[in-house]
Amino acid sequence: MTATQTQRTPLYDTHVAAGAKIVDFAGWDMPIHYGSQLEEHHTVRRDAGMFDVSHMLAIDLVGNDAQRWLRHLLANDVAKLTLPGKALYSCMLQDDAGVIDDLIVYFFTPQQYRIVVNAGTAEKDLAWMQKQSAGFDIQLTPRRDLAMIAVQGPNARDKFWAAFPASKAVSESLAVFQAAQWNEWLIARTGYTGEDGFEITLPSLVAARTWLALQTVGVAPIGLGARDTLRLEAGMNLYGQDMDESVGPLESGLGWTVDFKDAARNFIGRKKLEAQNPARKFVGLLLLDRGVMRSHQKVVTPHGAGETTSGSFSPSLNQSIALARVPAAVVIGDEVAVEIRDKQLKAKVVKPNFVRHGKSLLQEKSS
Amino acid sequence: MNVPNNLKYAKSHEWAKLDADGTITIGISDHAQEALGDIVFLELPDVGRVVKAGEEVAVVESVKAASDIYSPVSGEVIAANSATADAPESVNTDAYGSWLFKIKPSSPAEYEALLDAAAYAKVAESE
Repeated sequence: MTATQTQRTPLYDTHVAAGAKIVDFAGWDMPIHYGSQLEEHHTVRRDAGMFDVSHMLAIDLVGNDAQRWLRHLLANDVAKLTLPGKALYSCMLQDDAGVIDDLIVYFFTPQQYRIVVNAGTAEKDLAWMQKQSAGFDIQLTPRRDLAMIAVQGPNARDKFWAAFPASKAVSESLAVFQAAQWNEWLIARTGYTGEDGFEITLPSLVAARTWLALQTVGVAPIGLGARDTLRLEAGMNLYGQDMDESVGPLESGLGWTVDFKDAARNFIGRKKLEAQNPARKFVGLLLLDRGVMRSHQKVVTPHGAGETTSGSFSPSLNQSIALARVPAAVVIGDEVAVEIRDKQLKAKVVKPNFVRHGKSLLQEKSS
Repeated sequence: MNVPNNLKYAKSHEWAKLDADGTITIGISDHAQEALGDIVFLELPDVGRVVKAGEEVAVVESVKAASDIYSPVSGEVIAANSATADAPESVNTDAYGSWLFKIKPSSPAEYEALLDAAAYAKVAESE
């Protein structure tokens, strides 16, 4: 095996001590679960859990041209961010509109932002950003000295405040997708689970201590396995699986993140997107037969073939769900077939979000 | 690791038990269920199917992955455990009680050639 050296977050030893099963995720040694992935999933839907997401990279952006540069770089428009701490989800596109990465950008002032990118794409993203910075007065600083902990679930905020009461004053009034600085921490009301909660960015040195303090007040450690079933139920895309450089945002269910309103804003990929008439669309699938859908299975429809991009068993719905890219003529409510091990199983086309705030979003549960 | 001495094992992590009437009951080992994680779906063979040793006969799906189950011996499938299929998580809680299917063996020597508990424990530990 010629494995390159995997990286470890500041919480690696804490995970191992807690009995985590460690796997290689995007080049990082990460906990997949600490016992039962299903139990961890339910804990986040019903109570509060925490994830080590320190493998993601925070990049600080400063400079007189910071806003102008982001309006060029990103498909979503940072000009709509006016409240300090407000966050925006966006795709970063190639000229041909293929997705380089999806990211979150936090606004502090028009000269100061923070960008958080995926672990597996971090180096590629930085290189692309540097390349696109010519002619702009900006500076990018990767913050590898920071750790990130996501605390998620209906009781996440209350438990977080129980552990860190002094933080409540600045974080209590945060709206969804808004962040506040608290000493050296950034507390953001964001997440990747479909539940309420915070994502905390903090110095690596205090990560383990913070993790244990949260555990003491009853926040359970949750692995990446449950993170994947939670985000899938919430209909949130996973970069590298649901979209990548070979496909654009309009065929990945991310049209809502592309902002064409300002006709004068010539963001990277715009020309290509405006010329496109997407032949495929992004939908959710609910398996009606018994089985489990996985990624890259063929979807058979009357309008041609499609493909699942993510699939799993949904612990909340107790049946299999998937995200899929299918011919544009397919509509919500259609019945299609998914090929699983040379069998064609029946599935229903639904909107690509299944569960939010602990509740099913499906109109009627099929059996 | 829980590897009962009264069972035989395949390298592919199935256990096999020879019953008094000569039939062989098959399931997956405790090591296998632990590696798979939470099991949510089982696809079991049809009764009456004739299988060869090493043939794919069932599928165990956990939350994270699907895993093929091979018959450790040749013969005819004479039972599939619908109670386990209806409660797949029982394989996680009781891997040796939650059998998957029974085979009427056509070549009893195949059973004798399977790994004993000590040999299987070594295989499982080396993974």
